[in-house]
Amino acid sequence: MDKLSVICYIIPSMIMFCCGVYGFITRKNMIAMLISLELMLNAVDINFVVFNRFLFPGQLEGMMFTLFAIAIAAAETALAIAIIVNVFRAVKNVDIRDLNKMKL
Amino acid sequence: METMSILILAIPLFMFLLLGLTGMKMSHKLAGTLGCLGMGTTLVLAYTVAFSYFFGGCPEFINAAGERLQSILWNVTWLQFTDKLVIRLGFLLDPISAMMLVVITTISFMVHLYSMGYMRDHHGVFEKGFQRFYAFLSLFSFSMLGLVVATNIFQMYIFWELVGASSFLLIGFYYTKPSAVLASKKAFIVTRFADLGFLIGILVLSYYTGTFNFTELTSAPVEGLANVFQVSETTAEGVKSIFANSAAPLFMGASVMTWALVLIFMGGMGKSAMMPLHIWLPDAMEGPTPVSALIHAATMVVAGVYLVARLFPLYLMEIRSLEIVTVVGAVTALYAAIVACTQVDIKRVLAFSTISQIAFMMVSLGVARPEFHHGIGYMAGMFHLFTHAMFKALLFLCAGALIHAIGSNDYTAMHGLRKYMPITHITFLIGCLAIAGIIPFAGFFSKDEILTACFGNSMLWYVWMSAVAGLTAFYMFRLYYLIFWWKEHKIPEGHHAPHDQPWTMTLPLVILAAISCVAGFVPFGNLVTWNGHPMFDHVSFFTNLVHLDWTVAAVSLAVAIIAIVIATVMYRKENPLPAKFKNAMPALWTWAYHRFYFDELYMFITKNIIFDKICKPIAWFDRHIIDGTMDMFAKVTQRLSISIRGLQSGNVQTYVWIYLVGALLMASIVWLCLL
Amino acid sequence: MESVGSIVMYGIIVAAIIIFSILTVTTRRILRAATYLLFVLFATAGLYFKLDYEFLGAVQIAVYAGGIVVLFVFSILLTSKPGDSSARLTSKRRVFGLIAAVASLVVLGYAIMSRPEIWTTVTAPFTMEMTMNNLGEMLLGTEKYQYLLPFEAVSVLLLACIIGGVVVARKR
Repeated sequence: MDKLSVICYIIPSMIMFCCGVYGFITRKNMIAMLISLELMLNAVDINFVVFNRFLFPGQLEGMMFTLFAIAIAAAETALAIAIIVNVFRAVKNVDIRDLNKMKL
Repeated sequence: METMSILILAIPLFMFLLLGLTGMKMSHKLAGTLGCLGMGTTLVLAYTVAFSYFFGGCPEFINAAGERLQSILWNVTWLQFTDKLVIRLGFLLDPISAMMLVVITTISFMVHLYSMGYMRDHHGVFEKGFQRFYAFLSLFSFSMLGLVVATNIFQMYIFWELVGASSFLLIGFYYTKPSAVLASKKAFIVTRFADLGFLIGILVLSYYTGTFNFTELTSAPVEGLANVFQVSETTAEGVKSIFANSAAPLFMGASVMTWALVLIFMGGMGKSAMMPLHIWLPDAMEGPTPVSALIHAATMVVAGVYLVARLFPLYLMEIRSLEIVTVVGAVTALYAAIVACTQVDIKRVLAFSTISQIAFMMVSLGVARPEFHHGIGYMAGMFHLFTHAMFKALLFLCAGALIHAIGSNDYTAMHGLRKYMPITHITFLIGCLAIAGIIPFAGFFSKDEILTACFGNSMLWYVWMSAVAGLTAFYMFRLYYLIFWWKEHKIPEGHHAPHDQPWTMTLPLVILAAISCVAGFVPFGNLVTWNGHPMFDHVSFFTNLVHLDWTVAAVSLAVAIIAIVIATVMYRKENPLPAKFKNAMPALWTWAYHRFYFDELYMFITKNIIFDKICKPIAWFDRHIIDGTMDMFAKVTQRLSISIRGLQSGNVQTYVWIYLVGALLMASIVWLCLL
Repeated sequence: MESVGSIVMYGIIVAAIIIFSILTVTTRRILRAATYLLFVLFATAGLYFKLDYEFLGAVQIAVYAGGIVVLFVFSILLTSKPGDSSARLTSKRRVFGLIAAVASLVVLGYAIMSRPEIWTTVTAPFTMEMTMNNLGEMLLGTEKYQYLLPFEAVSVLLLACIIGGVVVARKR
């Protein structure tokens, strides 16, 4: 293997994505879930960039998409954290399984 | 004329809406006055219409031969389903409807006036629901007027149900009293049951003849009637050919037409309280007495008679149905007269007397044949309807005055009232003389015509009805003596002596008594006949007297007088004779006192047979099989939803997991399929 | 033919990504998770640099590492005491997570492997020079392959996000 092909980049990104899935399902802390979410998002970003670089080197579409995805991820994270802080203020807890006050 | 006829129907309807919707905002007095004014206007209009019909000489109403014609003043299409199936509302003017206009408006106005005094207590405080009472009275007047002027049988059915409904409302006027509620329910259910027959009869009749209209229905069967009923010859011929074909199909040994007419008569039996559908009328006396006078004595209960009279040419075509009418009427007349001899409640006595008298009219129609005296039975029935309305309303209103003064329905609480209530006494006596058939009071003439008609039909009915007439005289005078004589009136401690009622109540009594005195001289034979043809060549005030069949009249007069004498002997002064009679025939007396156990029989049939044997198993089936099936569906669904409820945990991680696994599964399946 | 240094660099970056990703989701201390995330993001930035996306790598470091992770750290410090560690996972939950992760790995891997394009190696260099000038024109132009509209959309989104953050987190 003297030349790095697409697969060489896709596999770590896939592993990162699956880690994100695992984390999102298992973690109880909402911030930890958010972190897992970021992992998944990041994995997708890598895919965009890699496909852009290897398959369509003539344009920069993948890069641009990643750029915007980063911006959106930042926005989303900021908002989510605002909500979490607010929730924490209300119930003194950020455990997803304890947030059942609205449930019947 | 047209405007007036519209107003006759519109004014009572308007008064009903006005009093019904805004009555509670008005004072009692205003509501009552408005009701009286409305009815008074209707009275004037109805009189104008009726008089111009009978005496106006207008070619629309009477032809050169002196025959009175049927005339449709207006007829609007109300519902149109197909070309043939059209339901119209209209105003039919002919001798009987004009006569009924007079009867209804007269009695209704008297009752409106009378209720102003009756519907309040001894201190002059109006009863609760006074405005409602007047609203319902107006509704009833509207419905009854609409019934008699119906141009087609379906309009009649609509108003037929409306009078039933208003009767139900008025019987149940004191709806806090359980007995009134039960009575209104009973009246409604019994008449509804009868109306079922009526409706089926209408459907059968109209299915085979293809028309609802009275003019066409009644003109066809008899030769030469088409011009009287103002139907073109071709129409009459068309309907006649239908008749010729439709009479053919037989059902259980009788022609379809006979069945239709008997079923229609069943509706009439329900409304007119013929045996065995009479059970509601005595109970209907739970309503206020003016209502009993208006609805359950003078107007609504004669609707059945009116119905038969309206379709009389059809009945004439199927003599068998007419014979059924006769038999039912005769049996009812005798039965009701016997029962009336034993009742204690004065309103009950009057109720059974009403049943008996209506049965008289039925018999009269039943025995009427054109061969005999130009169909005198028809005329006599209508004549009796007219006079009976007057004197029976009078008797009921007198009873109301007595009840109002004494506070009880039983004659045991009355006795010897003649000194205290002279006006009531005299008017009641006039009413009794009229119903007993003493010359020259109204009942004499009409009853005599009926007996003549019976005589012309068969000896059996003549003897039978004469006996009933004697019984009538007997029980009415028994009632009269027990109320006004028998023994001195005992005034209960702390009560005033009873006295005559205020003018609003006595004025109607006096007016009706006056009418009862002279109504017999109305030359009905020239006004109301079954084919519009006058019976006598010349008319004067004493026409009826001149044309009397004196043999029949003398016999009936003798019977009545004998009956009165017997009643006088038995009841004038307190004596042990009545008790002796009672002990002599204990079985008969007990049976009569319990109205021959008809209510118990009905109770047995409905409760023990229909409810216990039929309805309960059906109810069981419904509850356990039908409901059980539905319950099973519900339970399965519930179980299922409980078992999958866990999916909706509200836990976002579970959702993600399920979503992800589902998506992956779907992806693999799709991929495997593509492979 | 890649240089040996490049291969080594690649190996380090991939190893970092895999190891730190796993550590991020398995550590029981939330602050450590944030730190490992930071490392993963750095490694990703390294990947971008290796693929000649210098600008993207810079943005990744600046926004993710510099912005988002700092936000995470702040919120963690706000919502939990230092030294807190989450409770040990129940085995049931861990099994569920593993099933989901492995299943997605298998399905995604299978899907990826079935495509021939994945064996493509780097061929042509960029036809377009990655200067700031070019990038700026791309972001603010309206021609084909120019992205003014998404740019504006993102700016509006960010504004909405700022307002939303203020409103949500405001003390009542």
